[in-house]
Amino acid sequence: MADVTSLTLSEARDALRAKKISAKELADAHLSAMEKARVLNAYVLETPEHAQKMAAASDAKLAKGEGGPLEGIPLGVKDLFATNGVRTTACSKILENFVPQYESTVTSQLWRDGAVMLGKLNNDEFAMGSSNETSALGNVISPWRRKGDDKPLVPGGSSGGSAAAVSAQLCLGATGTDTGGSIRQPAAFTGIVGIKPTYGRCSRWGIVAFASSLDQAGPFARTVQDCAILLRSMAGHDPKDSTCSDRPVPDYEKAIGKSVKGMKIGIPKEYRVEGMPAEIDEPWEKGREWLKAAGAEIIDISLPHTKYALSAYYIIAPAEASSNLARYDGVRYGLRVPGKDIVDMYEQTRAAGFGKEVRRRIMIGTYVLSAGYYDAYYLRAQKVRTLIKQDFDNAWNQGVDAILTPATPSGAFGIGEKGSSDPVEMYLNDIFTVTVNMAGLPGISVPAGRDHDGLPLGLQLIGKPFGEEDLFALSHVIEQAAGPRMVPDRWWR
Amino acid sequence: MSVDAATVRRIAHLARIAVADNEIEHLRGEINNMLAFVEQLNEVNVDGVEPTASVEDMKLKMRDDVVSDGDYVKRVLANAPATDDGFFQVPKVVE
Repeated sequence: MADVTSLTLSEARDALRAKKISAKELADAHLSAMEKARVLNAYVLETPEHAQKMAAASDAKLAKGEGGPLEGIPLGVKDLFATNGVRTTACSKILENFVPQYESTVTSQLWRDGAVMLGKLNNDEFAMGSSNETSALGNVISPWRRKGDDKPLVPGGSSGGSAAAVSAQLCLGATGTDTGGSIRQPAAFTGIVGIKPTYGRCSRWGIVAFASSLDQAGPFARTVQDCAILLRSMAGHDPKDSTCSDRPVPDYEKAIGKSVKGMKIGIPKEYRVEGMPAEIDEPWEKGREWLKAAGAEIIDISLPHTKYALSAYYIIAPAEASSNLARYDGVRYGLRVPGKDIVDMYEQTRAAGFGKEVRRRIMIGTYVLSAGYYDAYYLRAQKVRTLIKQDFDNAWNQGVDAILTPATPSGAFGIGEKGSSDPVEMYLNDIFTVTVNMAGLPGISVPAGRDHDGLPLGLQLIGKPFGEEDLFALSHVIEQAAGPRMVPDRWWR
Repeated sequence: MSVDAATVRRIAHLARIAVADNEIEHLRGEINNMLAFVEQLNEVNVDGVEPTASVEDMKLKMRDDVVSDGDYVKRVLANAPATDDGFFQVPKVVE
């Protein structure tokens, strides 16, 4: 077979089962592609020995006609997932030498189902960022470039390494996490598919915590079907995470190709933000037409508290982060910088170990939780969050099955172009995605068009709690209508 | 609302992050930008609204109150910057 890295995950799975290719061949092809693509800095750790060992085990199983749903499929893992015996840094200096003695639940389920680990993928430090520029291990260069321009672009973030690796064919799929848009925004920027499932669908155990009431793991892949295959393995009950749902996990792949006739799709008027460029509106309009042509009913809805979501998010997420990141104190793991006493040791360690963005968010979180300010900021934000969630509940009560919006307010931007003078400029990237985390709903980003520079643009579908099957069915319709898969030119080879 | 330099120092200390004198002004600006940005929440009428405690329509599960894990000191200490005889080691604390 020619270039096996260009297969989709489902094609590779079928070829492995039919013994047309071996897991070894597939792993080796990806390892060699990774080596040639090091300039992208998508992987922060390549694990070829692991990959070869796991691939050999998969080949032995496949030879006997055995193996799990992902047997022999090479994947990349965001460096926020603890991997037993394999360095896990959250792309922070404070964890630069951390080697977990345990495996996250999500990755352990991928390995249980036969997947092969290629390495650990770059991300914004502690997943705090929208461009992968806060990583202590360096920027990720997007595989995409503007037409006729070789300026390096961001892949989005925080799961920038995951998105870049999947788009550049350096793995067949990857894990990500999404607290405010960290799966959907980079998927949109790189022309691939990413889903943040319902809060509680995947276990958070063993994932480096950012904001625990918002964090959720999910897959990246080049097709909707591939995401459905991966999510089935990643999801499911885990007694080690008390917020993890014990609802049975459906066979999501069966939703692919399911009719969407009669489904009601809500179009929220508040997502038509002032000054929105026509190139963002255009794929949105097309998405409506495509779903209508497939028999869905398009209805206008209102989510009146949308404009407050980002503000409430930038209180709640830093508050939870300041609490979660209190554990990095130089005592039990991670970096230690000596000090004149124990408090000085904590302060020096945390000053040296955390990057600028992480320090800023911890300080804001500390402030909004501090005595005298808790009610004015944190409590108020949690009340606004209730109103945001009620907006969605009202839509579902009107009979809406899913909501269609743009995934991002623009296509990818250049490295260093945004947020250097005012961090809020960067935060506005997540304007269409944060509401979904605030309400704990599932959201998928699917490629749907291109901007004036030829860069990918995505559409977002938001579902009811545990409505992932509807999202897969609907986004498959968009994927089919949008035309051929978006593949970047491999300029780095 | 906006913060002054003394408040920035107080927050940094509460957060256990050392901040140099020449960083204070810059941090103050960034924090005030953020506070100005979230100011718009004051427009929202939240009278009688319950704060969100959980987005899930699910009761927290109870488990048996028994020891189900542990007894691997070496693994627990494997990443510690300093250990002594099966314990984490820290600078002397006298209070």
